[in-house]
Amino acid sequence: MTAAPLLSVRDLTVEFHTDAGWLRAIERVSFELMPQEALGIVGESGSGKSVTALSLLRLHAGSTTRMPSGEIRYDGLDLLTLPARTLRRIRGGEIAMIFQDPMSSLNPVLTIADQISETLMLHQGLDRAAARRQAIASLDRVRIADAARRVDAYPHQLSGGMRQRVMIAIAIACRPRVLIADEPTTALDVTIQAQILDLLRELQGELGMSVILISHDLGVIAEFAQRVLVMYAGRVVEQGPARALYRRPMHPYTSGLLAAIPPLDADVRRLPTIPGNIPDPSQRIDGCRFSPRCAEVQAACRATPPDLVSVGVDHLARCPPRLARLEEAR
Amino acid sequence: MAEAVSDLLAPPRRFPVLRRLARHRSFRVGFVIVLVLLLAAIFAPLLTGFDPTAMRARLRFRPPQAAYLFGTDNFGRDVFTRCLYGARLSLTIGFGVAVLSGVIGAAAGIASAQFRWLDGAMMRLMDGLMAFPAIILAIGLAAAMGPNIGSLIVALSVAYIPRTARIVRASALVVRELEFVDASRVAGASSLRIIVKHLLPNCMGPLLVQLTFVFAYAILAEAALSFLGIGPPPPAPSWGNIIAEGRDQAVEAWWIMFFPGMAISLATLGMNLLGDGLRDVLDPRLKVET
Amino acid sequence: MKLRVLRRLVLRLGQAVPILLVVAVVTFFLMHLLPGDPAAIIAGPEAGAEAIEKIRHQLGLDRSLPEQLALWLFHLAQGDFGRSIVLNQSVLEALSERLPVTVSLTVVSFAITIPLGIVAGVLAARFRNTWLDSAVMFLALVGVSIPGFWVAILSVILFSVTLGWLPASGYAPLADGVRPWLLSLLQPAAMLALFQIGFLARMARSATLDVLDQDYIRTARAKGVSEWRTIAKHAFRNTLIPVVTATGIILSLLMGGSVVIEQVFALPGVGRLIVQAILTRDYPLVQGTLLVLAFMFVGINLLVDVIYTWVDPRVRYG
Ligand SMILES: Nc1ncnc2c1ncn2[C@@H]1O[C@H](COP(=O)(O)OP(=O)(O)OP(=O)(O)O)[C@@H](O)[C@H]1O
Ligand SMILES: [Mg+2]
Repeated sequence: MTAAPLLSVRDLTVEFHTDAGWLRAIERVSFELMPQEALGIVGESGSGKSVTALSLLRLHAGSTTRMPSGEIRYDGLDLLTLPARTLRRIRGGEIAMIFQDPMSSLNPVLTIADQISETLMLHQGLDRAAARRQAIASLDRVRIADAARRVDAYPHQLSGGMRQRVMIAIAIACRPRVLIADEPTTALDVTIQAQILDLLRELQGELGMSVILISHDLGVIAEFAQRVLVMYAGRVVEQGPARALYRRPMHPYTSGLLAAIPPLDADVRRLPTIPGNIPDPSQRIDGCRFSPRCAEVQAACRATPPDLVSVGVDHLARCPPRLARLEEAR
Repeated sequence: MAEAVSDLLAPPRRFPVLRRLARHRSFRVGFVIVLVLLLAAIFAPLLTGFDPTAMRARLRFRPPQAAYLFGTDNFGRDVFTRCLYGARLSLTIGFGVAVLSGVIGAAAGIASAQFRWLDGAMMRLMDGLMAFPAIILAIGLAAAMGPNIGSLIVALSVAYIPRTARIVRASALVVRELEFVDASRVAGASSLRIIVKHLLPNCMGPLLVQLTFVFAYAILAEAALSFLGIGPPPPAPSWGNIIAEGRDQAVEAWWIMFFPGMAISLATLGMNLLGDGLRDVLDPRLKVET
Repeated sequence: MKLRVLRRLVLRLGQAVPILLVVAVVTFFLMHLLPGDPAAIIAGPEAGAEAIEKIRHQLGLDRSLPEQLALWLFHLAQGDFGRSIVLNQSVLEALSERLPVTVSLTVVSFAITIPLGIVAGVLAARFRNTWLDSAVMFLALVGVSIPGFWVAILSVILFSVTLGWLPASGYAPLADGVRPWLLSLLQPAAMLALFQIGFLARMARSATLDVLDQDYIRTARAKGVSEWRTIAKHAFRNTLIPVVTATGIILSLLMGGSVVIEQVFALPGVGRLIVQAILTRDYPLVQGTLLVLAFMFVGINLLVDVIYTWVDPRVRYG
């Protein structure tokens, strides 16, 4: 871990303007992404994963979003203060993104060719014919059979899994250095999920990209990522190497997520889930935000919000009781 | 003023819809406009000492002045007074059309949604009626039934029923397909019960929004019909027939037709603002007006 | 692809037939509500009871209502829309003289409405919640709130009477040259367009906002497409889909509004014809005109449907 990070996020806080005033969706999120690394971000629905991902390319609606603190460094640039024109060169060219719902993420009135070529013409200055050839090559690369014919299809003529492949083809068309995949398989059925994840892994190797994979399924993340960021209610609660997290989770929330991974062979009907629901950003919770749902909660947890502290090599967590127990054991 | 109104509008906490309406800017502006016009219509006799129909030959064509705020017309009648009394007729027509087309349109729309055997015929009938531009249909009907307020209300209602019925039918169909409605159908609930308990409540939002716009259209249409000579007959003033009568002197005595036109614009603007507010709050789906 | 469009067209034509039938029947009953005896009107004030009876028989008015309806539909099927009583012309003849005026008025007005309404709406959406949005939307609201004929009269006082820039009334046929034709129509068409521009701008704005909220717009931004290009290429065609659907309503509104505007500017079009026919109780003429207008409208909607197919590939390729 001596190499310089490709992307580093520091103290990112994002607030949205709503009927109830400014709501803090994520707070002081920090992480780094190394070249060619696969980073996983995991958390239940509403934990702030997408908000974090969209912030990296400043894709939030400008007028209803503000970022009271934070810095996103990429290649010596601060993405948050970059002029729009420069930012557009990075979007799709250097850092590409794919989204959760392939049904709605493709433009229904443009052909696949149009939608892939556009990135190529924009970032690589190709003419229409060259861009089309590249688009077909890109479809080939995401293992779409009969690419030369499919390239002229409209999105509604393709299946969900096929559309997600097209989304990936668009994203990798310009050979970006970072690919952000925000729950790319959630909307798909199980067999296709596995295919898409395999594809992403292969492409990562072929193109030498760094990948940020977002999921609410720690099982998916554990298989895919070398390092993991666990988010809860807008905060990072634990982060570290996937192995370490898997073997010795240092936050009860991570333990809960681990327990919820469906084992491949077992009966999945009685899978333990974490009781309770993730709080809304408008909800005020004193102390640790997880404390109302935590089985290991102590009086101190409800009093002061815990800090994210080092609990091992490259491993951070936000749970003082567990840290205390670990130190005792040592 | 604004504060007094927001006090007036401050509803009990139990009604979040009313609270959101009270906070909606265009709803508030529209509410104030409509309220002021309504009060002006109701208290017309207190606001003016003149008689809206009494003719005074010596006072013809007085331009606007302190005694005659909006001037006088070619019979020496005070235009301000006529506009106040005209508000009664015009607003009555608008209200009447909204209510009548609302009741019939809702009944047709719900019947269509609930009784599928009726749907095809009903919707073809509505399509057929919608094939006539609304104002032309109203002209034909109003002319057929003779020049009086009742026939005007009926004519305009018929013209706006099809769109209302379609909107109600669409929202009723949405609920009809929901599981709990299915469940109560299987459990043997009568059609009437399903209509009253499930379909009707779900249509109220879109219906109310639509009727606010119908109110606005009806006021405009009354004016247009009056202008064509098919409106409420003189001498009783309506905003439309004041304009119609003032038209020939539009160049020399602009005030006769100018002020009732402003009144119409203001009333319609108020209703449209109300409708926009209602739509934002009650029916976020319905963005496109028909 | 061609086949699909064709099939859809045939399907729509099939659906149009019952609508046309309803239109014909509605018109028939509408006109039988009219007070006054057409036979007495045709016969004139001096005619005796016998003469009136004879005319009534000639017109078929002495038959039962169902018989009359059947006869009326039978004539319609042969393209016979009836004869005007007052003008002593067939309805189609009377209409063919007036139709060019109304069509010209509607077309010019449509040509003003569409670009202005769409551009205003898209701009307002692009700059939502700014002063530009507020200004455009306020104007649009005013457009749908003021009576068009009233503004038209005010406009005549300003531009024709006071400034003398435009003719106050009358129609110059296209055969006399494009310039006088356009000049004679400019003011009426603009006044007629006011309401529709406001209507369309409001619609186009909310349609654009809807589209800008969609995931594929975010995809476009994530690809590095500029804001304007996102709107022009990715949002606009999707915005057009509801807008195309609304053109049917807009044309209906234009046709309705033209009745009143023709009266203000003394344009000898279908609108004036129908108002005169109503006031003179020329009921076959009213009936025939209403019917032709409704038929035209059904035809226009068919056309809109075809355009719709062309804009939305989901319909084109099923
Ligand atoms: N544009 C926005 N305006 C207001 N609140 C928002 C906005 N976007 C997200 N939020 C709120 O921020 C919180 C975090 O949302 P986010 O979409 O990041 O969750 P997530 O972890 O991606 O969940 P999911 O698994 O459902 O995608 C949620 O409570 C959400 O309601
Ligand atoms: Mg998400």
